[in-house]
Parts: sequence; structure tokens; C-alpha cells
Amino acid sequence: MSEDPGVATAGSATASGIASAQQPTLEDALALGLTHAEYELVCEKQGGAPNQVELAMYSLLWSEHCAYKHSKKLLRTLPTEGSYVVMGPGENAGAVDVGNGQVCAFKVESHNHPSAVEPFQGAATGVGGILRDIFAIGARPIAVLDSLRFGEVGGDRDARARYLLDGAVQGIGHYGNSIGVPTIGGEVYFEGPYEQNCLVNAMALGLGEREKLVRSAAAGPGNTLVLFGARTGRDGIGGASVLASAELGEAGSDEDKRPTVQVGDPFEEKKLLECSLELLERGLIVALQDLGAAGLTSSAAEMASKGEVGIDLDVAMIPLREPDMEPFEVMVSESQERMLCVVEPANVDAVRALCEKWEVNSAAIGTVTESGRMRVFDGAELVGDMPVRALVDDCPLYDLKPEKPAAPIYAPPAATLAKDAGPREALLALLRSPNIASRRPLFEQYDAIVQSRTVRRPEQADAAVLAIDPSPAGGEDRDASVPGEGRPIPGLAVSIDCNGRRVAADPYRGTIEAALECAANLACVGAEPLGTTNNLNFGNPEKAHIAWQLTESVRGLGDACRALEAPIVGGNVSLYNEGATAGPIYPTPVVGMVGRLPDVRRAGRLGFARTGDAVALVGPFVPSLAASELAKLWGEPLPDGLPELALDAVVEAQAAVREAVRAGELTSAHDIAEGGLAVALAECCLERGLGAEIEVDRPAWEASLFGEGPGGFVVSGGEDALRALGERTPVRTIGAVGGDALRISLPAEATLSTTLTELKDAHGALAELFG
Amino acid sequence: MKFGVLRFPGSCDEVDALGAARRVADAELLWHGDRDLKGADAIVVPGGFSYGDYLRAGAIARFAPVMESVIDFAEDGGLVLGICNGFQVLCEARLLPGALLGNANRRFTFRQVGLEVLNSGGSFTQGCALGQRLSIPAKHSWGRYHAEEETLAAMDRAGQIVLRYADGENFNGSVHEIAGVSNERGNVFGLMPHPEHAVDELTGGSTDGLKIFESMRLTVEGAHV
Repeated sequence: MSEDPGVATAGSATASGIASAQQPTLEDALALGLTHAEYELVCEKQGGAPNQVELAMYSLLWSEHCAYKHSKKLLRTLPTEGSYVVMGPGENAGAVDVGNGQVCAFKVESHNHPSAVEPFQGAATGVGGILRDIFAIGARPIAVLDSLRFGEVGGDRDARARYLLDGAVQGIGHYGNSIGVPTIGGEVYFEGPYEQNCLVNAMALGLGEREKLVRSAAAGPGNTLVLFGARTGRDGIGGASVLASAELGEAGSDEDKRPTVQVGDPFEEKKLLECSLELLERGLIVALQDLGAAGLTSSAAEMASKGEVGIDLDVAMIPLREPDMEPFEVMVSESQERMLCVVEPANVDAVRALCEKWEVNSAAIGTVTESGRMRVFDGAELVGDMPVRALVDDCPLYDLKPEKPAAPIYAPPAATLAKDAGPREALLALLRSPNIASRRPLFEQYDAIVQSRTVRRPEQADAAVLAIDPSPAGGEDRDASVPGEGRPIPGLAVSIDCNGRRVAADPYRGTIEAALECAANLACVGAEPLGTTNNLNFGNPEKAHIAWQLTESVRGLGDACRALEAPIVGGNVSLYNEGATAGPIYPTPVVGMVGRLPDVRRAGRLGFARTGDAVALVGPFVPSLAASELAKLWGEPLPDGLPELALDAVVEAQAAVREAVRAGELTSAHDIAEGGLAVALAECCLERGLGAEIEVDRPAWEASLFGEGPGGFVVSGGEDALRALGERTPVRTIGAVGGDALRISLPAEATLSTTLTELKDAHGALAELFG
Repeated sequence: MKFGVLRFPGSCDEVDALGAARRVADAELLWHGDRDLKGADAIVVPGGFSYGDYLRAGAIARFAPVMESVIDFAEDGGLVLGICNGFQVLCEARLLPGALLGNANRRFTFRQVGLEVLNSGGSFTQGCALGQRLSIPAKHSWGRYHAEEETLAAMDRAGQIVLRYADGENFNGSVHEIAGVSNERGNVFGLMPHPEHAVDELTGGSTDGLKIFESMRLTVEGAHV
């Protein structure tokens, strides 16, 4: 719970309503997003009507965004335990054991609503927020990935989608590049239902020592609270309750919400990061928490709740960006780049001296107490007094009322390819389509190599691969980049994925497929999953059909993670992604998965690399055009359900591919996803510029070339290796690597023949979006 | 032989540079607020976003206390290598001619680029052959090298244009395809691509960047003999 979702303006009805009323009323509570019943419960907990500070704090902590009141019961059904899990949901980030006393911390979070209002800052502060979650537990951030969704591009009405795409990509790059954390992977889809509600999810990974991880529970009555980092201003007041917990485009115009979207300052965060890690390294602090959504209110209350203690805070001690801020404004400000820590009194001076070294502001703002109460002072005056438990734990949780919709929710996409187009035309159209075309124009805007760990850059392999030790082959082992010699160089692999259109067609199976896709990507580089994070992006859960999507999706996520033995270690929920006229987004449960590989020198690549290698189709792959990219280009409506899938057989195929890659037996491995077998083959040819001769002997070229479904891989290698692989999972040799063209012979059609240049030109179609 | 690698608030690639330098010699980080160069035989001004690149890339770092010592060190003939943001800092400090402007493509761009060695006789490239092609990653938004034609002609005559982008690789639009330049004396060198990120086949796509660090070691150790 630390997304920083923006914003309400100081001049908005909510903030000014509260500011003008000394004793807030029920109407103020409703304007802040509480229901009538919730307000009455607050009065009961408080033993009377809350004052301004108290109401502001309750309204944030009891918002959907902070309290997960429509999703918490579902989330409790997810598997969260496993042999590698070190830290599960509830901390700033989850963490898994990666060996040698080290852990990998990781988490994905959304910054959808701010990005829809102001994409550059929305995306930038999204990256800033997720990075703080990582170093808040004592891990150094080592990588960022992003998961983006926009409306259709390429037509004549794509101005909004292009504006949001350009701004979000530049914002992510601006923050990650400036702070020295590589952006190593991601995904982007363009679909009509995201036009008004774009999605910007960012995932971060960090490395830390298991023994030095720090939790966020405040401990030790008498200890001091030190706030450090940027000064506190009026930005982002009420963001969690107003922006992230209501539909955009309704009460008032979105333009009104723009002026106080928080502005990120990666330079401040870079200092904050180094300062935080040095504080932890020197053992100067007891607990650490970042300030995200709901600012100091949620950080302080959650630290107190987890430590089962009380906290006294003095807003007069907090360094402000502007004078004359009201106490409630200080408490709910979402100013970026701030951290809160608990320090033993004897160490306060040392902590503040270290902050000074890093040119970071700091202030002792309160103390840990035994009272179990959150008390806010303004100098000597007590301006708010609440039971911690009531604030953090007593928000009512709601049962969803799921109901499968009787009629389709989503309009069919516009047709962009004639149904009588032949296989060659279909292949080139698919490679050009925004959901499949090369992401190079996006990822070239990100530094993917800083920190010297990146072994597989974007487009070289299905998953990004990082060596755990930087510059692994350095020092005495300077020549040790040859696999099989010297000691192995262990690494991490990471993937993030979700095809929302397939989830919309079938929330249960579509979500299973998203998790399987991540695991397949890991298998292709030789990594086994250690743990999973997720970001559930959905519409308004109070509507029965959205409740149904959410319920089915979480059921699928749980089943997939159990089958993959990749428990959920943390995540985020973003609801209300819909507008009055725009309708809901496709249900988009973004899955991020981290895996481990024993030796990065053998990390798989996706491209064909050796003339004469056999090419094989591997796995229990049953291609279908249902909800496929080709069906979208044809303008077909979403089907009601996806084909059944054989979960265990897919997991077994992944294990077989993973072992073969680890053994160094395959030249290349690539999983089949959007665009089916033919697009996968084209991608294998393009990575290193080597063609292939393929024979497809099944009829109905549409499904055999372009059908989609889980469990399929294209691999290349020697005949012996493929025979060995065939003992564990279905393997069908379909051709050989070589030449400067991709040629696919078909039973009842002319041979599909394209030069690599033609493939490359089609695949480069996104460049024009960034002209 | 010891390298000193500067660390400003906002430096990002200083640890990478430290690791690269340690492949050929000893190396140590030097804090921006400290004037002591701790006996370093050569200085690396690393990449990143010193002081957030606020005002102008490199414009604030140039005034850091450690830079006073670096300027004295350079004037005494010590070797100073500026990489990316470090190149910008050295131009701001007038240790190198010219300036770095915004990329022609107006975006931060990360790409493995091909470079050609135009001067293999100098302190930073003596381990390279004339005309040799190097493959080194570049990543920046302010990398378009610019200097007046008159200055460029003088630099050309003096062999100060050390590296140029190979054909088709000059994405930032640098004048005359210039990727790396030295001062007239040849003891200060700046380039936009990142040699410290090309020291290991696994992570760098090549080990060509090591040649720069190796050349510096040869120069320093040669001078000591």
C-alpha cells in the first residue's frame, strides 16, 4: 500500500470544503469518499464526530486504495507461502531467497489515474514510488520494468493515446535513467478500452542481504520518529481517496485534477536512496517506511499498527515547502521523495548527520508511545487523536456481488485486415500491428545497463536476465565468460505480462495464461520461478460484472501460482478504471515473476544463431484463433471463453525447456504468444538476422500459423538435443535455420516467403509514433 | 597505479567505472565535497546526472570542491577521463573544448554504437590501432558535440579528435561525427559512449571499453619508469 496516486487540488470541493469548516459534517465526509455508514462507524470509533484532521485521516485510510475494502477478502485466497519466500504481502515489498544470504525484493504498483491526468509526471512518480518501496526494506534497487496500456494507435483518432504513450515512456525513462536503475523490460498493449483510462504499472527489483532487511513495524516506546527527504508541500492532497478510488471523468473535469499531480525529483530520490541504505548499513535505524499514497497519515499509522504501538506526531516540526499549511494538509500531503524512520534517541544525532552528508532534509517529528493511539499535535495543541486500530484495521470490508454479464461488455475492435487476406499479408500485418511490432522505439529511451548486471537486454531473450554480482566475469576470472569453465555465475530473470483482451474473453483462463506466459519467458532463459507479484487493474468493483471479472481472475491467479509453485509475495490493486461514457478497461491482472538461473553464461536467447540447426515446435500447444491478434485485426468480437488448457502439461513443458536451456543444449528458445507460430518464427529470425525454411503440414493455415494459446515454444538446436527434449514433452521438428528469408511451405497454399528486410520493416512500425 | 573515480550527488555510473578501473589497476571513489585526490594517478569523472543535471548538464558539478583539485591535477599533466556526464563536466570546466547539446533526436537514447579510433597515439587510446572499430554502449540525452569550425580545425590538426561515430551511428547529431575529444596537451579526454560498460562480454556486448582503461594504465606506468 504505497502507490502515490495523485491528487486533488487545493481549490477542489473536497479540500476547500474541509478547510472552511472547523467542525466537518456528514456532507464533508461524503465529499471525501466515505459512505454514510462508514462515517457513522468513524463517529462510533471516535466517540463523537471527528474533527478536520481526524476526518481527513480516516477518509484516506478507509479509501479503497489504502484499505482494499473490495479486494482484501479475495486477496486472502492467494498462495503466499513457499520455500523461497522471505517476506510476503504486507511489507513495503515482498522478498525471495536467491542464495548466498541474499534476497531479491520486488513488487509491481500502478500509477494509472495520475498518468491519465498528466502522463510524464504520473509515470515518473510511479517509478519513484515503487523504488522507495524496494529500498524501504533495505534492498538496493537493481531493475525496473513497466507494463503499459493505451488506446488504439495508428488510426486518425489516436492523438490521446499517442500523447499518453509518449509522456509515460519519457516519464519512466526520466526517473529510472536519472537515478541509475536500469529499465530492463516491460510490455505495452494498445486496445480501445484503455483510451480514457490508460494503465501505467511499474515493477522494481532490489537486492539485499537477508540478515539486514528492515521491516516497517514501529517498535520501542520512547524511540524517535525522523522524517527525511523532500519538504512537505500541498501537492497530492487527497489523491488516494479522490483519484484512485473513483471513476475519472465524473465529478468535475480531469483538467481540474492536473495542477497538483505530484512532480517527481529523481535527484532528490537518488540522495534519499543512498542515504537510506547507508543508514541501514550502519545500523542506525529500527524501522523504515516510505511515504506514498496518503503521505504521513498512512506511513505513520501503518508503522504504529504493525508495531502494535502508538505514535505522537508534531506537524509543527515538519519542514514545509510553503508556509501556513493546515495540520490536516501536512498529514495528507503526498509530496514525493520522503521517508519515515524510527530511531533510538541515542542515534538521532548520527542519523541527522548522515542525512546532512547526503544533503537530505531531516527532522525529528514525534515519538513512539505505548498508548495505541495516533495523536497529532500542532506545537502544544492536540489537533487529532485516534485509535490506531480503528484507523488501520477497522475499515469495513465488503463482499463483492459477482455476476457473469449476460451480454458482451466490450465493443468489437475495428477491422484492419480483410478476412480474405493471404498468409503472407496476414504475417506482415501482424508484425506491423502495435501489439506485436518491435518495442525498440520505447526501450531505447531507457538505460538498460547501468549497474553492470544486465546479461540479456530487451529483445535478446524472452525474459530480462541479470547477474546477481555486477560485472560477473571481472577480477581474477576475467576469461570466465565461457560456460562450463570456472565457477557458475548465478543470476535472476524477470518477466511481466498480461494480455487483457484474453482476460476479458475469459477472466479465469486469461489470468492463468498471464502467469503461464511469465513462467514460459523465464523457462526460455533457463530460470525457475521463485515468486510472483501482481497488479489487479479493473473497473468499478461495485458493479456485478466487474466483480465477476475480479473474482474469476483472482481464482485463476491462485491456481496458476500454485501450479507453478510461484507464490504471491506482494502486489497492488487499482480499481475504478472506468468512466461514465468510456466503460471499463479490459480486466488487466498484470503478473510479474522473478526466477533464478544457476549460470547466466547459459542464459537462453530467442534468436536463431546457427545455420543448419533444426527448428522445432515444442509443448502441448493447441493453437486457436479465439481472442487472437489475428481475430482482432479481422474485427471479430471477443469470444465467450477461451479454450480449455492443460495446466500440468504446460508446466511440464516449461520445465523441460528450462532444463534443456540450462544444459546448454538449445541454440535458441522463444515462447509462442501474440500472433502465434508464424510471428514467433519471424521474431526468432529477426533477433540475429538469420532466416529459416519451415514446413507446416497442418491444414487451416489461419489457426496453425497465427492461432494462440499457452504451452508452445519455438526452439532451435541439434537433432540429438531435440530428440532428448521429446522424451519429456511433445516436440515436432518443422524446419531448419538458414538463409536470409523466412519461408513457410503450406499444404494447400503457395509458400509464404518473406525476406528478412521485409520482416524488419514491418516489425519497425512503432518508430513513426515517436517521430 | 591507482584510479580515483569521482562521486557527485546524482552520479549513476561511478560504481561501474570503479569496477572497470579495478580490472586493470587499483581504484577508489572520491567524494565531491573532499579536495583530497588520495594519491590517485588518474581521475575518472563518471556518468550520471550530477546534481540532477539541473541548470545544465555538468554545470553545477564543475564547481564542486573536488573539481578544484582535479583542475590543478590536469594542469600538472595528470590523466583525466570524462565519461558522458563527466565529459559534460569537463567541457563546463573548460578542461576540454566545445560543448554538449541536446540530441538531434530530442530523446534519451540507449544504443550500442560503433566508434572509429582517429588517434591511436594518445594517452587514452595507445592500446588501440588507428582506424580500429570499437563497440561501446551510449546512453544520454545531451550528447551532441559542438564546437566552432575554427576550433574544430585546430583540434583536427592537433589530433584532438580521438573517436568518431562510425557511419550511421551518430544518433545524437554530433558535429563531424565526433564522439570523443582530448585537450591540446592530450592528458584530458572526454567521450559520450560508456567504455566502463564495455568491459565484459556478458554485460557489455564487447570488451572494447577496457582498451581505454588499459591505455591509461600503460601511460601512467610508462611515465613512472
